[in-house]
Amino acid sequence: MFQRIYALILKEFLAMLLDPKSRATILIPPMVQLVIFGYAATFDLNHIKYAVFNEDQGSLSRQLLSRFQGSTAFSLKTSLTSDREIAPLLDSREVLVVLHTGPRCSENILNGSGCNLQVLIDGRNSNTAMLALNYIRDIVSGFSMDLQREHGGNLPPAHLNVRAWFNPNLESQWFIVPGIVAMLGLVVTLVVVCLSVAKEHEAGTFDQLLVTPLTPLDILLGKTIPGFMVGMFEGSVIILLAVVWFRVPLNGSLLILYAGLAIYCLSAVGVGLMISSMSTTQQQALLGGFIFLVPAVTLSGFATPIDNMPPFMQYITLLDPMRYFLIIVRRVFLEGAGFELLWPQFWPMMIIAGVTLTVSAWFFRHKMY
Amino acid sequence: MRLCGFIRKEWLQVLRDPSSLAIAFALPVILLFIFGYGISLDAKHVKIAIVTESPGPVASSFTGGLYNSEYFEPVVMGSIQEAVEALNRWEVKGIVWLKSNFARDYMKQESPPISVMVNGIDANTARLVEGYISGVWAQWLELQAIKAGQTLSLPVNLDFRIWYNPAVRSRNFLVPGLFAIVMTLIGALLTALIIAREWERGTMEALLVTPITVTEMLVGKLVPYFLLGMGGFAVAIFMAFFLFDVPLQGSFLLLLACSALFLVTALGMGLVISTISGGSQFVAAQAAIIVTFLPAFLLSGFIFDITSMPGPIQALTHLMAARYYVAILQTIFLAGNVWSVIIPNAAALALMALIFLLIVWRKTVKTLD
Repeated sequence: MFQRIYALILKEFLAMLLDPKSRATILIPPMVQLVIFGYAATFDLNHIKYAVFNEDQGSLSRQLLSRFQGSTAFSLKTSLTSDREIAPLLDSREVLVVLHTGPRCSENILNGSGCNLQVLIDGRNSNTAMLALNYIRDIVSGFSMDLQREHGGNLPPAHLNVRAWFNPNLESQWFIVPGIVAMLGLVVTLVVVCLSVAKEHEAGTFDQLLVTPLTPLDILLGKTIPGFMVGMFEGSVIILLAVVWFRVPLNGSLLILYAGLAIYCLSAVGVGLMISSMSTTQQQALLGGFIFLVPAVTLSGFATPIDNMPPFMQYITLLDPMRYFLIIVRRVFLEGAGFELLWPQFWPMMIIAGVTLTVSAWFFRHKMY
Repeated sequence: MRLCGFIRKEWLQVLRDPSSLAIAFALPVILLFIFGYGISLDAKHVKIAIVTESPGPVASSFTGGLYNSEYFEPVVMGSIQEAVEALNRWEVKGIVWLKSNFARDYMKQESPPISVMVNGIDANTARLVEGYISGVWAQWLELQAIKAGQTLSLPVNLDFRIWYNPAVRSRNFLVPGLFAIVMTLIGALLTALIIAREWERGTMEALLVTPITVTEMLVGKLVPYFLLGMGGFAVAIFMAFFLFDVPLQGSFLLLLACSALFLVTALGMGLVISTISGGSQFVAAQAAIIVTFLPAFLLSGFIFDITSMPGPIQALTHLMAARYYVAILQTIFLAGNVWSVIIPNAAALALMALIFLLIVWRKTVKTLD
């Protein structure tokens, strides 16, 4: 039996790796994607383009505005001389933020009534707008605090002392890059598995497989193991790059990470086999795979949190294997979470893998008789 | 005449293939549904633990602010250990901790700290939560000042306005951005798959020996899918207005024209992919997902801000048609007919469409001889 399965696995790998085009699609695009998405998918704001309209002659308003110039998060585009210039500049997206200080700003700071810093933000991307506002708030309150300290004014009655755990500098990359392990692992495994069966259906070679001495279980294993190995390989390469190239701290144990990756790959193979055994052509299999992949990636919490979704959507995400593995990979990387904290993520993936593999085994047999 | 016959034949082919109709009509509905509900960056009802070690009127006036905010769903915990454990189990996103000396130091006007701990793994949510908490804090300061019979006099007050999307609703920019994804899928993925299938089956070569010219053939292939794509657009627009209540500030006709232009670009992209992939559906599908769908998601400014990306990646986004379309979409929907945004972006789209079609035209001629 093992020899038969071994031969089938060998054949699968030869079919996959001897075709230069499919070889290239398995190896190169995932690497390119990792690097591009690792840098592109960031919620951090850098070089926020802003314009300044300062009507004040005093030095304090200049000190306030120079804090923005000193920050790497902001980059000054232009200084305005009239308020008519504001709207076209924001409309055309040349700047994201306009800072406007009135003619008596410095004077008002000195006489204690306070300067109003008017901030206009392009809210077309509301998330960017909120983040920019937070950055501005930080700069302005820092300036206020320093002034009060210098001039011996009253301290605020209480102050905030915020600390972020597990990711102290709140780097998006630490959040996104481990997520890419899950995303690319799923995409590559699923596409490879989906096509391997559908291709045989289309070419009629699946029927030939069925008349060989191979049992349906042999065929299932012969199709599962190569997909599983591709997924594990893909996952390992990305984990390695995440640590070596992106320098994401890997605080937890590799053993737990790999246990999670293995079950995750099995569930991806299971879904792929199920889709491809239900379809008769490669195109149907690809579409099926796609129709699964798009919601699976979107609803997994990869880019936007599951908690923000309406409750019925949150229930749908319970069917998504990527949802569970994302939590495992992020928590093992950043928190160093142990098995007891992650167990709630392990068993649902096991159920998904078990159910999908059983269903596809049933389909194999069903097609046989 | 010959062209009409050919278009008729292509059109029948589209209509009789249920999978292409499914892509054009069912897919936009599913996608908009999933993305519209599934992707949200508005963190609301965030669970936070409150630990008050010095209960009293001052502490409860601060925590009252958290209760009144729609952003939080506070959970009172007896001790900091309990709260830390809940944070480790991801049952709460953050902790607000008023230590035992809070009330005493407050009375002594020593400005005691309010400790805030957030789970930083999801950096974006953590930042938003920080922002919301400092909003609550600022309001509380004002309230305390009024209670004490003073007016709060900070040296600089922030007076901010968020243009185009004053309610800061992330759906208002995500749903328009989805149009780019839906149209990319219909335009590029569908055409890439279908034309690749024709090459694979040899029906394309059969067409090449008929008296039909290359131009006629391209037009004949494009027209039916163009109509399908516009059908998908109609579905998407309907859902955006009636399901997601997205406002449309600009003109509908302009939106329609720009969308038609983008669709031609996407179709051109699909044709190029299918031609270059040499008629393997596997390669065409992988390429279509990698060069069209994922960039439309990540490199278009749909979610992630382009100006914050590193220089080389920003340069790369200029090659993505979706980038121009997303800029147009967000502007027409939220800001209105801003010609300084629309004209350059539409010109870029037109240029890309032209280049894609030229490539296909040249490539197809070559296979003839």
